[in-house]
Amino acid sequence: MEKTINQKAWFLVLPVLVLVAFSAVIPLMTVVNYSVQDTFGQNQFFWAGLEWFDEMLHSERMWDALGRQLMFSAIILTIQIPLGVFVALNMPKSGFWSSFCLVVMSLPLLIPWNVVGTIWQIFGRVDIGLLGYSLDALGISYNYTQNTFAAWVTIIIMDVWHWTSLVALLAFAGLKSIPDAYYQAAKIDQASRWAIFRYIELPKMMGVLMIAILLRFMDSFMIYTEPFVVTGGGPGNATTLLSIDLVKMALGQFDLGPAAAFSIMYYLVILLISWVFYTVMINLDKREG
Amino acid sequence: MDWMAWTWPTAIFFIIIASTLTVFTVLAIKFPETPRKGILRIETTRGDRLFITLLGSAFINLAWLGVVGANQPLALIVCLVYAFAVFRWV
Repeated sequence: MEKTINQKAWFLVLPVLVLVAFSAVIPLMTVVNYSVQDTFGQNQFFWAGLEWFDEMLHSERMWDALGRQLMFSAIILTIQIPLGVFVALNMPKSGFWSSFCLVVMSLPLLIPWNVVGTIWQIFGRVDIGLLGYSLDALGISYNYTQNTFAAWVTIIIMDVWHWTSLVALLAFAGLKSIPDAYYQAAKIDQASRWAIFRYIELPKMMGVLMIAILLRFMDSFMIYTEPFVVTGGGPGNATTLLSIDLVKMALGQFDLGPAAAFSIMYYLVILLISWVFYTVMINLDKREG
Repeated sequence: MDWMAWTWPTAIFFIIIASTLTVFTVLAIKFPETPRKGILRIETTRGDRLFITLLGSAFINLAWLGVVGANQPLALIVCLVYAFAVFRWV
């Protein structure tokens, strides 16, 4: 049956629009106003035009932070997506152990970000942390507060620990929705395990995997709390990701103008990715529906 | 309104955005349309194309500022060409 299209229904969204105006639109407008002015506090502003945008676009600091951010997102996606799919493929499909696995795997997802950060901050410490102490006892040099590589490994493993479950759960949901008939047909054709994965499971999981990739990308692109708690952006600036750098600039240095220009560019990138996310999902829905 | 640190240029900017949104809302109500598929191979309505135009224009302006220098009226001409292309072909 054809759905009736009635654009007037959009007026029902008005209350939400008012709420969002107060929580997001008005603050964002203020950020735009800040981005073209300079201030030394006391609510006094001086016109600066596009100076801050110009400065930020040519600022090595911002491009470096963006580079680190993209590297972080790329690394965690390359680990989490295949690992999540692998875990989902090896999970019991039904019965007690299936439910047990689901519950155990959702546990990391329920832990607040700053707690995850604290857990790993202590876990990795060389003096009292289980991981840090063990590695040290084995003679492996590991100190996330001084060594860039160790800091990166720590925040990546932490993110993998925190979020791979999400990918696994989504992939599992995708796998569960495949009717048995497909597997029976594959068995009759004597398809190999790889062929089943490649031609049945992967295509059927594509929709949820797309959602998983985009969710994980967005989340990792905006990550703040966990690396901030663990490394504080250090050693040096080695793990200063975009949002950490932004907070340093806006609150640490009180450079409201440059920070506002930075925020707007950051926001535009996120808006672009969100739009891609939304469009891909809508189109997948249409293709399946 | 003092805390929002308004300036005339930013006020005009937001007034233009708000009136564009209003005009497109009214258009969508008065003249409903069916989505169409363009070169991006996705279904778009006028509103979608407006969004693509505005977002793209923001990036064009930033790129212009970063690569060519602070001469935004010229960047706006590029944006108009881009807007025309989006509304015509996307």
